[in-house]
Amino acid sequence: MTDHFPGYDVLRKRRTPSWDERTRQAINDRLSVPREPRFLSPELFAILAAACGRIIPQPPDRPPVPVAAMVDTKLFESKRDGYRFASMPEQGEAYRRGLRGFDDAAQSLHGRRFAGLEPAAQDQILASAQKGELDGPAWQGMPSKMFFEHRLLIDAVSAYYAHPTAWSEMGFGGPASPRGYVRMQLNRRDPWEAAEAKPGEEDRVRWENEHV
Amino acid sequence: MSDPMTAPRAINGRAPDVFREGGWVEMRQFSETEAVDFVVIGTGAGGGPLITRLAEQGFSVIGFDAGPYFRPLEDFASDETTQNQLYWLDERIVDGDNPMHMGGNNSGKAVGGSTVHFAMVSLRFRPEWFKSRSLLGYGADWPLDWREMWDYYREAERALSISGPINYPWGPKRPRYPYRAHEMNGAAHVLARGAEAMGYKWTPTPLATVSAPRGDSPPCVYRGFCRFGCSANAKQSQLVAFIPRALAAGAEIRDLAMVGRIETGADGRATGVHYFREGRWRFQRARNVVVAGYAIETPRLLLASANDRYPDGLANSSGLVGRNLMTQSNQGVYGSLKDEVRWNKGPPSLAVTEHWNYEDRKDFFGGYCWMSQGPLPIEWATALTGSLGLWGEALRERMTRYNHQVGLKMVGEMLPNENNRVTLADETDQYGLRIPRITYSWGDNDKVLIQHALGEMQTSLELAGVRDTFRQEDDTNHLAGTARMGSDPGSSVVNSDCRSWDIPNLWVCDGSIFPTTGGVNPSLTISAIALRTADRIKALAARGEL
Repeated sequence: MTDHFPGYDVLRKRRTPSWDERTRQAINDRLSVPREPRFLSPELFAILAAACGRIIPQPPDRPPVPVAAMVDTKLFESKRDGYRFASMPEQGEAYRRGLRGFDDAAQSLHGRRFAGLEPAAQDQILASAQKGELDGPAWQGMPSKMFFEHRLLIDAVSAYYAHPTAWSEMGFGGPASPRGYVRMQLNRRDPWEAAEAKPGEEDRVRWENEHV
Repeated sequence: MSDPMTAPRAINGRAPDVFREGGWVEMRQFSETEAVDFVVIGTGAGGGPLITRLAEQGFSVIGFDAGPYFRPLEDFASDETTQNQLYWLDERIVDGDNPMHMGGNNSGKAVGGSTVHFAMVSLRFRPEWFKSRSLLGYGADWPLDWREMWDYYREAERALSISGPINYPWGPKRPRYPYRAHEMNGAAHVLARGAEAMGYKWTPTPLATVSAPRGDSPPCVYRGFCRFGCSANAKQSQLVAFIPRALAAGAEIRDLAMVGRIETGADGRATGVHYFREGRWRFQRARNVVVAGYAIETPRLLLASANDRYPDGLANSSGLVGRNLMTQSNQGVYGSLKDEVRWNKGPPSLAVTEHWNYEDRKDFFGGYCWMSQGPLPIEWATALTGSLGLWGEALRERMTRYNHQVGLKMVGEMLPNENNRVTLADETDQYGLRIPRITYSWGDNDKVLIQHALGEMQTSLELAGVRDTFRQEDDTNHLAGTARMGSDPGSSVVNSDCRSWDIPNLWVCDGSIFPTTGGVNPSLTISAIALRTADRIKALAARGEL
């Protein structure tokens, strides 16, 4: 994938008027989330990590996002969404069933654990879940489509896009208090926003992005 | 700094001064054993103005809120995830053909209620909606007159220093908004371009965030995290605009105080509330109880307060408590521009067209408006996964076009239906209270309206030069119904004064009382009705009729 925002690192703004103390604290906590699972068993956590790696692949040249650890932290801290579909169990139980369900599918299709499969084979199982095609004792009646779309996909994607690596990669300005923004019109960039590189402009843009 | 989520802050005769870091303001406190004139359960768009106005009229008032008492300057991060702390995230079960997504969309748990995280859109109802059954042929009539409401809208707009246009393009004449309209961002200009291409009027959206200083509120700095709490206090939430006034007038606020049951006495009248605070259940005596917990928690509390005398719950002789729940359709259309839009800058909905609220040449009931959008990364990513099913490299690649995205979302009227309702599940929550079950299915009219709006929004974006458009088909927001207002005890829960038909000292003052929900965001109407209710209570008290 092309880097559209060469040299842009939202964390450069950490000590500027775009970040207040409460925000610095919140992002520091996120960056230091424990990498070991605290809710899921190591076995289930390995399946989750493999699934997250396919749902939201890591950029090769920016600090990795501990997506699975962030999801595990959400479960560990019992951070809920405010609602639960009647067809779904409580979130922790949903993960225990769904992740085992992925492993069972891997066993029956390939005779191997999900985490050990080739990426393409993992993708295939995830796509089957997305279509609601996975079933079996591990699922205990939980619809695989609901688990994939309304649990795993939302949690994984929400974790990734809560991380400064993702913000830098997509050119998002990130935290903006107290400074806020000034230039509201189309095609106007505040000097503390990411600059986007068009072909041939990479060096100038890199310089701009190093001075946000 | 104490953790507002675990220990109450409004205690020991003081409450947080939301305008000063570490500051406090004096707060009157009432004894539990002496009955106060009013207990108000909920401090949001309905409870906030009501508590304030009742206290200013000299009544003794306690406002209860299950949520924390935040200090925006210190507690609010510029961060989507951290600010989940503003939402009502306790478990609720959703079912029906179109289960509603609860949480950030429609539920707040904080002093100030969901106005702490609302998008500040402050629109008036179209006058005919107060008589939609008689004049437009659907829903139910309100027992209120639009001309009286026009005056209360004006009061609410003044109290919230709404920033809006000099001339509003639709409906009967209304006065100039108190504060100048906000500068429009790129996303709002695209709405304007698309509306003009279709021959529709548009306007800068009237917003409850100040465009110039007001008291201790500085003008908006366009940071764009409005829906995650305003860390600058420019937003005129109840926490900032009304509650400080309430405290100054002698009201007490009890934060982290979850009311679980309303007690009634031998004469059938309400005598007070059982509430959980600081680790134990307590009882507050009251001469009047006002429920202002919004369209899920209000019916939940009324149903949970069932006793031998009222086996079906309080105020429920009509059987309508919990019924006629309404949400609003909030579908969207999105696409890309060559231009850099940077839609996250500024309040999310800076321009609006109410064209289809005021145009009746259409083949469905109800109306809708649409507004420009500025979702932050997580909201945008989950819109892409939900609507396009994207994940993997395709999602990451699409996300890198964030600064070129643009979109429109509707706020559409859904019709009342008795089968859309709130009931109590058997499962209990952390307080030991039965959790709500929320059952919702869209009706045929709702579906036709949504498709009409999606088509219109898509056409307008395409005419504005937006490419690769796609539809977000499943989103809803806002709540209404479940304790409807009416002129007949058999077909409504409260009368035009928000007073329950069954129990004269039990009142409901929030979006629950809406018989229909209209095609605009409900908060300004809720606040206007709360101001009216306070005036009505004063008049009734003067006549000895409380």
